[in-house]
Amino acid sequence: MKRLFPHPYLTLTLIVLWFLLVNQWKVGSLVMAIILGTVIPLLTSAWWPDRPRVKRPFSLAAYSLLVMWDVIVANFQVARIVLFTPRDKIQSNWVTVPLDLHSPEAISLLAGTITMTPGTLTADMSACGRALLVHSLHAPDPDAVRDDIKARYESRLKRIFE
Amino acid sequence: MILSYALGFFVGSIALALILNLWRLFTAPTVTDRILTLDTMTVNVIALVVAYGIWAGTGLYLEVAVLFALTGFVGTVAYCKYLLRGSIIE
Amino acid sequence: MTTALALELFLSAILFGGGIFALVGSYGLLRLPRPMQRLHAPTKATTIGVGAALLVSALDMLGQGQISWQEGLITLFLLLTAPISALFMAKTLILRGEADPNLPDTGTGKPWATLGQERPDP
Repeated sequence: MKRLFPHPYLTLTLIVLWFLLVNQWKVGSLVMAIILGTVIPLLTSAWWPDRPRVKRPFSLAAYSLLVMWDVIVANFQVARIVLFTPRDKIQSNWVTVPLDLHSPEAISLLAGTITMTPGTLTADMSACGRALLVHSLHAPDPDAVRDDIKARYESRLKRIFE
Repeated sequence: MILSYALGFFVGSIALALILNLWRLFTAPTVTDRILTLDTMTVNVIALVVAYGIWAGTGLYLEVAVLFALTGFVGTVAYCKYLLRGSIIE
Repeated sequence: MTTALALELFLSAILFGGGIFALVGSYGLLRLPRPMQRLHAPTKATTIGVGAALLVSALDMLGQGQISWQEGLITLFLLLTAPISALFMAKTLILRGEADPNLPDTGTGKPWATLGQERPDP
């Protein structure tokens, strides 16, 4: 059973995704979804050696709602900077964010969150994978950006994944 | 009725955005800017296709939008990968 | 009657805002002076433009009594891929030296992954 379904959650996700794509309920689609959900994890299992572990799935849902809200706020802030801040007054800065997280899934989720939220964008990672390079569109105070990221997102992700 | 006016406004602004993108594509200072502009154009075209789907009142155009989203992303990553590593598939 | 009108007004407002945001994203691409700054505008503003169109499409279908799930799929896909394309473009900018050159220190003793020879541990 474990050999046939190396990643049960991936299988489940693929089945749901297939139904979202097909957009209607048919038995044939279910068969196709189950075939794809079995074959794709088997073929790609070489690239997924471990199962990602989520300790608190419900906190993850709350976290995605928080991120959704921040994405909308982010758009207003970026729009204001783009439209009304004079060109030479935009103070862009690089910010180094040292990571407390260890699980790769949590780190990539953090990097994605940083990109989607107010005025910040993940640009690179250190070669050892212990720090993120973040570019901030308008940040007179880079340390405040770093503290905000660590307090608002990283601590929550740490609670969810570790 | 009001919705069709709003749709007209939406399509108009997306069209204007695409013209701005085209302008940027011709005057872009770096190659990476061109990739970014192409990526933005893909996203704008998805918005245009979805808006047309609303106007036509069918869900058929959403599949076009799905395909555009998929190929646009793969295209952007392929361009960047080529500039980063010198080859796309290693 | 009034609920239909309210829904239509609501949808129109979303479309109006979405159109403006999409326009701002593309305008920012032209206006912002530095390459790294230009990355910010389209990744965020344009995504909300598409998001608005998709939300209106889903609600409009719902108003006609049909449920459509593909909008959710496209939104999910765009939200997942936008950070990845942005990351790739930022890495390209850094590698080609087109980003702002004064990169800060990593604080870990190793260089940034794009500039260093070794890859981060998976």
